Amino acid sequence: MAGDGERAARMDARMSRRRMLGFGGASLVVGAAAGAGIDRVVAKSGGDGGGSDVTSPIPFHGAHQAGIATPVQDRLHFAAFDVVTGDRAKLVRMLKDWTAAAAAMTAGKPVGAGAVGGPEVSPPDDTGEALGLPPSRLTLTVGFGPTLFEKDGKDRFGLKAKRPAALVDLPHFPGDNLDPARSDGDIVVQACADDPQVAVHAIRNLARIGFGVVSVRWSQLGFGKTSSTTPDAQTPRNMFGFKDGTRNVAGTETDALDKHIWAGRPDGAEWMAGGSYLVARRIRMHIETWDRTSLGEQEDVFGRDKNVGAPIGQRREHDAVDLAKLKPTAHVRLAHPDSNGGTRILRRGYSFTDGSDGLGRLDAGLFFIAFQRDPRTGFIRVQNNLATDAMNEYVQHVGSGVYACPPGVQEGGYWGETLFT
Amino acid sequence: MRSSSVLALAGVTALSASLLAACGGGDEKGGGDAIKVTASDGACEVAKTEIPAGKITFKVFNKGSQANEFEILRPDGKIIAERENIGPGTTINFVVNLAAGDYKALCSAGQTGKGPSKDIKVTGAGGAAGSADPRLAKASADYRTFVLAQVDDTIAKTQKFADAVKAGDVEKAKALYAPSRMGWETIEPVAEKFGDIDPKVDAREADLKPAEKANWSGWHLLEKALWKDGSVKGKERYADRLMADLKNLRGQMGTLNLDPVNDMAHGAKELLDEVATGKVTGEEEAFSHTDLWDFKGNVDGAKKVYDLLRPVVQEKDAQLAKDLDDNFTAVENLLAKYAKGDGYVSYDKVGESDRKSLADAVNALGEPLSKLAGAVAK
Repeated sequence: MAGDGERAARMDARMSRRRMLGFGGASLVVGAAAGAGIDRVVAKSGGDGGGSDVTSPIPFHGAHQAGIATPVQDRLHFAAFDVVTGDRAKLVRMLKDWTAAAAAMTAGKPVGAGAVGGPEVSPPDDTGEALGLPPSRLTLTVGFGPTLFEKDGKDRFGLKAKRPAALVDLPHFPGDNLDPARSDGDIVVQACADDPQVAVHAIRNLARIGFGVVSVRWSQLGFGKTSSTTPDAQTPRNMFGFKDGTRNVAGTETDALDKHIWAGRPDGAEWMAGGSYLVARRIRMHIETWDRTSLGEQEDVFGRDKNVGAPIGQRREHDAVDLAKLKPTAHVRLAHPDSNGGTRILRRGYSFTDGSDGLGRLDAGLFFIAFQRDPRTGFIRVQNNLATDAMNEYVQHVGSGVYACPPGVQEGGYWGETLFT
Repeated sequence: MRSSSVLALAGVTALSASLLAACGGGDEKGGGDAIKVTASDGACEVAKTEIPAGKITFKVFNKGSQANEFEILRPDGKIIAERENIGPGTTINFVVNLAAGDYKALCSAGQTGKGPSKDIKVTGAGGAAGSADPRLAKASADYRTFVLAQVDDTIAKTQKFADAVKAGDVEKAKALYAPSRMGWETIEPVAEKFGDIDPKVDAREADLKPAEKANWSGWHLLEKALWKDGSVKGKERYADRLMADLKNLRGQMGTLNLDPVNDMAHGAKELLDEVATGKVTGEEEAFSHTDLWDFKGNVDGAKKVYDLLRPVVQEKDAQLAKDLDDNFTAVENLLAKYAKGDGYVSYDKVGESDRKSLADAVNALGEPLSKLAGAVAK
């Protein structure tokens, strides 16, 4: 096993996948975009706010972790891990190894000494399925669950005193039917990329590096983004066929991000300054009954027109919502900041379909992801307000988790450095 | 785009060469000094038959229609090193460390151990038969002793099992079944080198092709009779055949020569793979549920390899040695929780969350163990 220094040296010696493509690179990228569908190209041609384009890698290092305010990619692989060792030093060592691997993969480079060209008698460091693929705007975002700080009354890693007040255990919400096997976890990694193979490659390699320290508790694939942090881009439709999340916090709204999304120094946990709190909910949709629902009722449930996404009583998607014109139980009305004391959350969810269940129903829905400065005033407040949501007849929350995502990693640093030092 | 053309475009050949220099062995793609060997179904052409002593790379291309095996032998027929499963149309690089002397290079189409050969002469100083490091030579010799002792142990215990089967004593045979397999499970990758024996003694019914079912034999046939049918009436001849096959294996092992990298370190990794894919899932012993006995045998076999190679690993990669120490201990401690009497609890009584813990421990050990061969070859 290579030490940290050796790993770093190998990384310098290595070439990025993009450079390996050489003169063939540009055409490959075009091919990849075309293969994924025209809608994706259209969605991005409007610009990505942050100044990046679809072919450039998203920088890994920075004040905030990438994968929150950065433009939303098309695919998701979200993995929750349990820590299986009690050894804090081993956990820190793994986080350092993870960080090095994440920095490489997000830049389009393979892990460690690469997938090919190494000694024949050894398994390659990188598993190889992303070889030849562009970086695909891969972002990897890490978060720490409440059980990392304290589990069954035990302060496992000497972190109990550092648990932020905002990292509360989520309360039971009306209608919850949570499966423990799809909930919680000590550490989560959100992998988002425009190519599903790149996202899956990232989680697979992190899981491999983590063997003996962490074990995958559950994971979720998402095949289509349902939100955008780039207001100029088309708002994607969810599995109900509606545009939802039109008024998401945009990556360019620095004031709103500072006020509602990034944790601040005065919030109580100094190590979280520049970080954010992630709430994940696996929301199963009752697809079959929804599809039998009349168009009029569907639009009343959302409070939006199904065609262009305009709020009821308005003409265009981005027109201001007149709450009084919506039914008191309309989803948009109850979720709107004006109904929640002005609170805003940054939504970054994905549609999922995990095949069908034993009753022949599509096992599909929304893997809801939201980032916020404080879940107590963010998700918890909004979700409680949704108790009377007409949509509840068509959805059920079956998985749940809340995690503290630390601030971004500086060059030479590692994920969670502010927590562990 | 094929990965090879991707590499060629960016000139990664240079990178792989520098990595090789650091690791000192293994795959030397396109290396100028590699000796070309062309194996076909009826011939074994070696481009150069006078070779300087030291680390020698044979670049073996199989242009035949059958899987081939390449061997370096002493004139008396003792195998120094071998590389199996060279598929038709594929090229492999095979590195062997040879001291001055006369050798034979042999290609065996169909991997029978027989085939056309060429005499080669190695001259000059340097190199050593099998291994340059005397510690590795000793590890190899000690491992050979261990393997033979395990085969003897499995033969002795299987004899008792076979006697019980032939006496029609189902309860006694059931009690003797799992212990009879322990020695085998400990050295299974070595036994698998003798390709025709393994399927005769250890095939599972679910893994057979329809045409093979009529010829099914071995432990698992008797396992099914004992646990599923509750009777071994009419199965006596399978007990005799199992004994004959195991004795045949032991007879073939007389000239056994075990390489520290390919046979020992890779073998240890394969033992853990066996645990991860067959034992943790409960597939190996579908009727008797004695999977944890096999689990223990596999882990013991891997541990023996590691113990013998440990001084070298400690010197070449101390962190790897520590990871292996820790994770062998973790697996052994976890397994001990399921000990019962002289053996282990029935695996159908091990619940999902306990199986997950076992799988986690096996993954945690398997990952560093996969790096053992690379560390030894450094």
